[in-house]
Amino acid sequence: MKPAFSVLFFTVTSGIGYGLLMWLVGMQLVSGSVASATEVDVNNFLIMGFVGLTLATLGLLSSTLHLANPKNAWRAFSRFRTSWLSREGVFSLLYYPIILTYAFLVYLNGGELNSLSQIIGALSVLVALSVVICTGMIYASLKPIRQWHNPLVTPLYLLFSFTSGALLYVSMYAGLENEVPRSITILFLVLLVVSFISKMLYFRSIGKPDGATIGSATGFSQAHVRLLDAGHNADTFLTKEFVFDAGAMKLLRLRYLMIILAFVAPLSLVIAAMAWDIAPAIFLAMLSLYSGLFLERWLFFAEARHVVRLYHGDQRA
Amino acid sequence: MKLGLVIDLDTCVGCHACATACKQWNTSGTIGPLSDQSPYGQDPNGSWLNRIRTFEVNQANTSTALVDNSKSASCGSHTFDLHALATQGESALAGVGSNGSPASKTVHMPMSCMQCEEADCVTVCPTGASYKREEDGIVLVDQDKCMGCNLCSWACPYGARELDEEQGVMKKCTLCVDRIYDQNLPESERKPACVLSCPTSSRVFGDFDDPTSEVSKLTVERAGQALMPELGYKPTNRYLPPREKGEVAAMVKTNEPALSKLKKWANRMIAR
Repeated sequence: MKPAFSVLFFTVTSGIGYGLLMWLVGMQLVSGSVASATEVDVNNFLIMGFVGLTLATLGLLSSTLHLANPKNAWRAFSRFRTSWLSREGVFSLLYYPIILTYAFLVYLNGGELNSLSQIIGALSVLVALSVVICTGMIYASLKPIRQWHNPLVTPLYLLFSFTSGALLYVSMYAGLENEVPRSITILFLVLLVVSFISKMLYFRSIGKPDGATIGSATGFSQAHVRLLDAGHNADTFLTKEFVFDAGAMKLLRLRYLMIILAFVAPLSLVIAAMAWDIAPAIFLAMLSLYSGLFLERWLFFAEARHVVRLYHGDQRA
Repeated sequence: MKLGLVIDLDTCVGCHACATACKQWNTSGTIGPLSDQSPYGQDPNGSWLNRIRTFEVNQANTSTALVDNSKSASCGSHTFDLHALATQGESALAGVGSNGSPASKTVHMPMSCMQCEEADCVTVCPTGASYKREEDGIVLVDQDKCMGCNLCSWACPYGARELDEEQGVMKKCTLCVDRIYDQNLPESERKPACVLSCPTSSRVFGDFDDPTSEVSKLTVERAGQALMPELGYKPTNRYLPPREKGEVAAMVKTNEPALSKLKKWANRMIAR
């Protein structure tokens, strides 16, 4: 599949934004007030919330850039019952009034939570969770792309959202309070390791030969089939959209680079930051994780092979 | 009703008439125009609802699902194949029939929308632009509702959907819904443009729900196949496998003396 920048930016950035907001609100719900959970005051909470919401919004706006006919985008909310894309749209829009009401209530009560704000806060976490799940399911529900139609895809989207959101939380906290918060940093490290293991399992899973072949695509399931002529001498919509070849060696190298940027570097930088209490290392880790996730998402597209490629010269999906 | 097409891979000659007729009809039909990008330039490009791919199908040493193998020309005796491998070198890899001729076929495969029963392109559509008609099973795109997100084309395994780059909306085969019900046309012409234009009558249109229809009968008689059934889309269109043809007798070169050949020829001519 051809990686479209707007979609890469959308899934990575709004994933981080929703992740940060889920941590912010979730931790407050657990401890009952802003101060005791995050040890930041209400103003800092509002700043962090604003950043999270801005990232989520930028991502969502970017996702509309790949629409060929955006004037009909408002119709995308109408098929909630069947379409994951529609569900994503509905939940992402629903999120705004909920999180803004929550922030307003927290602000009114000077950082303390009452039962109403607790309910709304819990709701906001659920809706943010739903948005990220929907994003994953948009890809996981596509049967013609076996690298996406994989049970690990949606959990990975969630894990990366949690992980990157946690690190953004830690780095913003470090920036505002000039120290590294222990508990959530340890949580981040655990999440990073879990994400790493899941991603490796995913690579293992998509590495197995599986799925449709040129035989089943043409109905000649036992014969040896080979494309002689695709019927056109220039590119078509299908080849432009679905046929993307980066080369096996390049993909492998980029996988290694991704593992370094998204997992190894953030892990070592954050451990270093915790051990010697150096806050700047956290920012470096954040930068590395963000670019690593971009690369991860690029690979997610570049390594996905749509079965329509079988009609353009591929022997198996 | 379950309307769809039967495509005979035995008789299709790959002339692209169906694709051209389709483009011509539909560019001025209900979903038209089907725009082209630089049609006379270096890289002519545009939306087509029907595309024809040509495959080499090599049945040597295999039992082919599509071909009745009981009297197959492709499977010689094992020893012969070994002999062929030894004597013909490279060409044996490409498959050799029992009479030494290549066992590969050239198969032209026109592909348009399969009008799937489990059409994921419809369920993934967020705007409701894509829909499947309950009365006849035709999958259509409402051009006024589509936002051009491409998700339906990602969900289609058959490459049946193409974005119109000029209008930014998705185009697909309509089974010529604006022809097949047109009461102003003579009944024999109430068929999709591709079916009417096919010079070898390789394309048959009809109702798969009716067991007496031509499409149903052809599917049963000639074991019509669905493409990629393992994905579970339950495509309606069926492809008829190439018929098993008898072996073509190879011309035998004899070492007859020229004089006896001349005598035979003279005798033949006199007998006339």
